[in-house]
Amino acid sequence: MNDVRDLVTCRRRTGLVWAALLVCSGLMAFAQTKNSCLDCHSNLPEPLGVSVETYSQNIHAQKGLTCAACHGGNADSDDPEKAMSRATGWKGKIERKQIPELCASCHADAERMKKYNPGLRVDQFQQYKTSVHGIKWAKGDSKVAVCTDCHGVHDLRAPSDPRSNVHPTNIATTCSRCHADAEYMKPYGIKTDQFANYQQSVHHDAMMVRGDLSAPTCTTCHGNHGATPPGVANVTNVCSNCHVFQAQLFETSPHKDAFAAMGFPGCVTCHSNHAIKHPTDEMVGTGPKAVCTKCHTEGDAGFMQADAMHNQLADLASANAASEELLGRVERQGMEVGQAKLQAAQARDALLKARVTVHAFRDSELKRDTDAGLAVARQTHVAGEKALEEWRFRRVGLGLSLVMIAFTLVGLGLYIRNLEQK
Amino acid sequence: MASPVASVRDWFHERFPLDDLIALAQKKKVPVHRYSYWYFLGGMTLFLFGVQVLTGGLLLMYYRPGADEAFESVQFIMTQVQFGWLVRSVHSWSANLLVFMAFAHLFSVLFLRSYRKPRELTWVSGILLLFLMLGFGFSGYLLPWNTLSYFATKVGTEIPAQIPIIGRPVMLFLRGGEDITGSTLTRLYGFHVAILPAVATLLIGVHLALIQWFGMSVPPGIEERWQAHPAEKKEIRFFPNFVLRELMAWYVALGLLGALAALFPWGLGVKADPFASAPAGIKPEWYFLSMFQTLKLIPAKILGLDGEMLGILAFGVIGAAALLLPFLDQEKPFNTRRWIPGLACVFLGYMAAMTVYGWVAK
Repeated sequence: MNDVRDLVTCRRRTGLVWAALLVCSGLMAFAQTKNSCLDCHSNLPEPLGVSVETYSQNIHAQKGLTCAACHGGNADSDDPEKAMSRATGWKGKIERKQIPELCASCHADAERMKKYNPGLRVDQFQQYKTSVHGIKWAKGDSKVAVCTDCHGVHDLRAPSDPRSNVHPTNIATTCSRCHADAEYMKPYGIKTDQFANYQQSVHHDAMMVRGDLSAPTCTTCHGNHGATPPGVANVTNVCSNCHVFQAQLFETSPHKDAFAAMGFPGCVTCHSNHAIKHPTDEMVGTGPKAVCTKCHTEGDAGFMQADAMHNQLADLASANAASEELLGRVERQGMEVGQAKLQAAQARDALLKARVTVHAFRDSELKRDTDAGLAVARQTHVAGEKALEEWRFRRVGLGLSLVMIAFTLVGLGLYIRNLEQK
Repeated sequence: MASPVASVRDWFHERFPLDDLIALAQKKKVPVHRYSYWYFLGGMTLFLFGVQVLTGGLLLMYYRPGADEAFESVQFIMTQVQFGWLVRSVHSWSANLLVFMAFAHLFSVLFLRSYRKPRELTWVSGILLLFLMLGFGFSGYLLPWNTLSYFATKVGTEIPAQIPIIGRPVMLFLRGGEDITGSTLTRLYGFHVAILPAVATLLIGVHLALIQWFGMSVPPGIEERWQAHPAEKKEIRFFPNFVLRELMAWYVALGLLGALAALFPWGLGVKADPFASAPAGIKPEWYFLSMFQTLKLIPAKILGLDGEMLGILAFGVIGAAALLLPFLDQEKPFNTRRWIPGLACVFLGYMAAMTVYGWVAK
């Protein structure tokens, strides 16, 4: 019995020791992240004030860094004289021109960054120095963007955080803070309509309406830390990162050399840059919405090719629409057309492929794809017509059956009456 | 010398008591009164069961059970097989009309109190047949292997899992595993085309034999009046008078089935994808809708017990009460005889209201 009591007592003591260790480790963790700066600055007004809530959401604070990591001084000390002593390296407010190098003192240090995030790149500063922003910064322009303009300062969050200024959905807005400000951009002599145009674009729709985070935003084409406008010769390379097949076909097309000779910037010549609208079949051809007629005039070979290509696309699109309308109609009438609908999907795919093949700008090549699609569309249309014919046959069959049943009922009724009258 | 036809007939009569059977059918009388038309419902239910056997047999010639083949084979039946669409549509519509007719027959028997002595076993066999028809509906629903049937079966097999102790084994037995797979399909197919038909045929035989033996029940009020005034009693012969009338009703049902199948062919939907998410607002067939909606409305906890489990237990109690109704219909000690029609009305109203609510609810 005593042995059991000893065992219970021993277990209780072990439990107390564990509890004490847990409390101590919590206190030690608190001591490690002590940040005496906030004791005062959380109560100060802007621009010196930083609320505890704002700072707690800062990625650096979450990684255990204190104000002293950037501002210097001693965040452990509760004595303002010691905490903000120039002798101990306190820097006070960081000048704008010092910011890129200050950030780089950690973010360009591979050994140091490994401790926090081994996957994080450390070439941001090197890239920044090659950007338009970085080149102007090196020349002493203090208006150009530095790290904190995009990433934030005391509320700096990880780019994956949807509240971060550099989250994919927020990047365009962040860039527009300067680039859509006509007054601010005046000295640089560049347009300020990029953001307004981007908001009209298919890329913006993909990002903001469909929520596709892989859709292009400013940094996708211009780069982020090395942000620069892609040169005329490089536009195709930028677009081809996503539109691979279109770019490959363009490389083999007669437009490749012609555009280069005339100094036209590849894809942008027809699709524009920031205001890229959803392409339509009307863009190809000789109609009022066609872009081909910007260069080609009636009678030249390109004009005729453009017209032929438009007709091929229009024929396939209209054949697809007609067969799908028919299939939809007979399906609503209750006919089973699942297999024909699968075929219709193949015809739609053929049209999609043809719209990519357009970028080879050869009507013979496009015809191969549209002919294949038209053959499938014809098959689905025939399937739809057969289903419609079957539907009519069923109606007639039902009518005849009901007439026969009605005759039988009348006959039976008369027979019963005759039987019971006997 | 006898004619060849007469010789064959005589040969047959010596070996099969056909004349005795015809005499028995002719001997049977069907009462004629203002509720006589309710007598047709049982026959209609039998006719629809016959349609199910016939069309089901035809479907079996092309249907292939299996997760990779079931949907495609039904699609083949509906698009490639001559009149396959008609057979499949009639089978589906007839199944629904059969359940409806079975319920209508049940309530007509209940309100006319035709289950009273000596027809208690006729009632019990009828209730068991209704349960079997619901089993046919449940097991047949998965066979086309489309999205709706897949997820409806998933929800349907989760419900018995709430029953304490036996719930999970029952679910595993129905599914043939943890999830709805090809194993579930072949299992329910086995129930649908072999086990349930065998039991149903046996029970229908018993049910019909009992009806033939005891004859048609006359409602108590009319029976008392006829006993007091025997001259008022009216009857017709079962064969051929009643049978011909029943035949007319069957023809009407046949026309209705043909019209429904041609005007509203039963859809096939999209092939089941076990990795897809369940479609929003998924619902079971209409005859399970009142139970489904009730379970949806029951609070999660009632007096600390699982609400859904209590709901399922309540359905079990109602089912048992329905099965044993003739034995609960007594004057003493609680005069349950007086309550039963009222309770049945409330139950019927509740079922109808919940079915409509479940139909319109999102």
